[in-house]
Amino acid sequence: MTELLGSLFILASLAFFAAGSIGLLRLPDVHARLHALTKADNLGLGLLVAGACLIGGHLLLALKLLLVWLLVMFASAIAANLIARHAMKDGEES
Amino acid sequence: MEITLWHLLDSLLAILLLGLAWSALSGTDLKRGVVLFMAFGLLLSLIWARLRAPDLALAEAAIGAGLSGALLLLALRDREKSENKAGQPMSLLRLATVLLMLLLAASFALAYVTAVTSNTGGRLAGLAFGNLEQSGVSNPVTAVLLNFRAYDTLLELAVLLAATLGILALGSERRPFRRPGVLLGALVTWISPLLVIVAGYLLWTGAHAPGGAFQAGALLAAAIVMLRLGGMTSEQLPHPLLQGWLLASGIAAFMLAGYLATFHDLAFLQYPAGWAGLLILLIESAAMLSIALSLGLAYLGGSPSGWDERSSRGKRS
Amino acid sequence: MMLTQLIFGIAGGLLFAMGLRSALIRESLLARILAVNVSGAGIFLAFVAIAYRGLEETPDPVPHALVLTGIVVAVSATALALALRRRLEEADDE
Repeated sequence: MTELLGSLFILASLAFFAAGSIGLLRLPDVHARLHALTKADNLGLGLLVAGACLIGGHLLLALKLLLVWLLVMFASAIAANLIARHAMKDGEES
Repeated sequence: MEITLWHLLDSLLAILLLGLAWSALSGTDLKRGVVLFMAFGLLLSLIWARLRAPDLALAEAAIGAGLSGALLLLALRDREKSENKAGQPMSLLRLATVLLMLLLAASFALAYVTAVTSNTGGRLAGLAFGNLEQSGVSNPVTAVLLNFRAYDTLLELAVLLAATLGILALGSERRPFRRPGVLLGALVTWISPLLVIVAGYLLWTGAHAPGGAFQAGALLAAAIVMLRLGGMTSEQLPHPLLQGWLLASGIAAFMLAGYLATFHDLAFLQYPAGWAGLLILLIESAAMLSIALSLGLAYLGGSPSGWDERSSRGKRS
Repeated sequence: MMLTQLIFGIAGGLLFAMGLRSALIRESLLARILAVNVSGAGIFLAFVAIAYRGLEETPDPVPHALVLTGIVVAVSATALALALRRRLEEADDE
């Protein structure tokens, strides 16, 4: 039962990752693409981690996966801000 | 052979890998090529995980995608004259090269299939698994690296040291980055200690689970890269004399362990019974520090400022 | 022999040939360094494919150890090659 629920979570995360990738390919400029990448991909990763925790079973694994998700969110938020500021500065100069 | 979903996954991974490699190598824009190469490294790490090689997956993600990518991104700054030329037209020489490469790939495939399908003699895996209990660790890859084939690892550390000496001799370091803003500073402040802790954990757990000295050393080198990106200058590195000792400590630990064995009437690097686990841990700790400093100095790009003045005792050249 | 070993072994051989071709043809030094790295990755893929024994059995650890050594040597060689390239560019400008 928990395995089924975990698989459903992972399938849902696939939809979010697909949405993020399509956004990366189709959206017009850097700032819109950053939106798609950080928001959609982080939520997709969260659902993936939730599904993996359910399938994996023990608490230590769940804590490690949660730490991975938090680190990815932290790093991608800061990276997105840095990229956006750089793109804005480049946009002013051109 | 039955076709399962796993084979579908394998075919997809292989096709994606080849596609990424082709687009990384064939474009004229090198920035795009470097970023695609980093993605190639990450996909390769996923393939290692699929092929049940978790130690390799850790090492590839940290070293192959992470550190290699960081080094290549820095190197993009050094402009080259030949990079601005447009693509060359197809000539006879290029066609001959393509045909030669296809022939090479075909003969490689033939050799590969022959090697895997023929059952000539015993594989080394049997020997490795048979002697695993006496090796001092329970992770078979660590046992092979640091016990059964310790000589190869000693020589690998020597190669790493030789490359570092070459980099140090080729010029001074790149200019340091400017002071970071609030966000980058926060990232560096939080991630660097976490990297040190995880490196120590990987070193400890390498004896019984995927991990080991190389992955831990790569994480420490990543901490040096992060600190460098956060504005660290080379004055904040340890004293050059200490740096020299740290660079040599991996090889020194190996040689010490090896020669101590010869005093007990054993061969060079033949660990005494019962001491193998402890010796492996000590050698791995020293190797981790050497690898970390070597790769960190490689990111700095050359000898740190003040290397010559501080380490020589006042001699003027 | 398993189909997985065949798939990844052939992919490794193709990567090796692709990288070697680019290393011979391209003029830019950085492109050549990338190409040699791709060749190396192809060889590593062939090694690990040989070591694979299926989902039930533990894989052969000896090729894994060889490839781990190879990854570290490859990155140090890349670092030295990039330092040489930088020095060559400075020497050309003088």
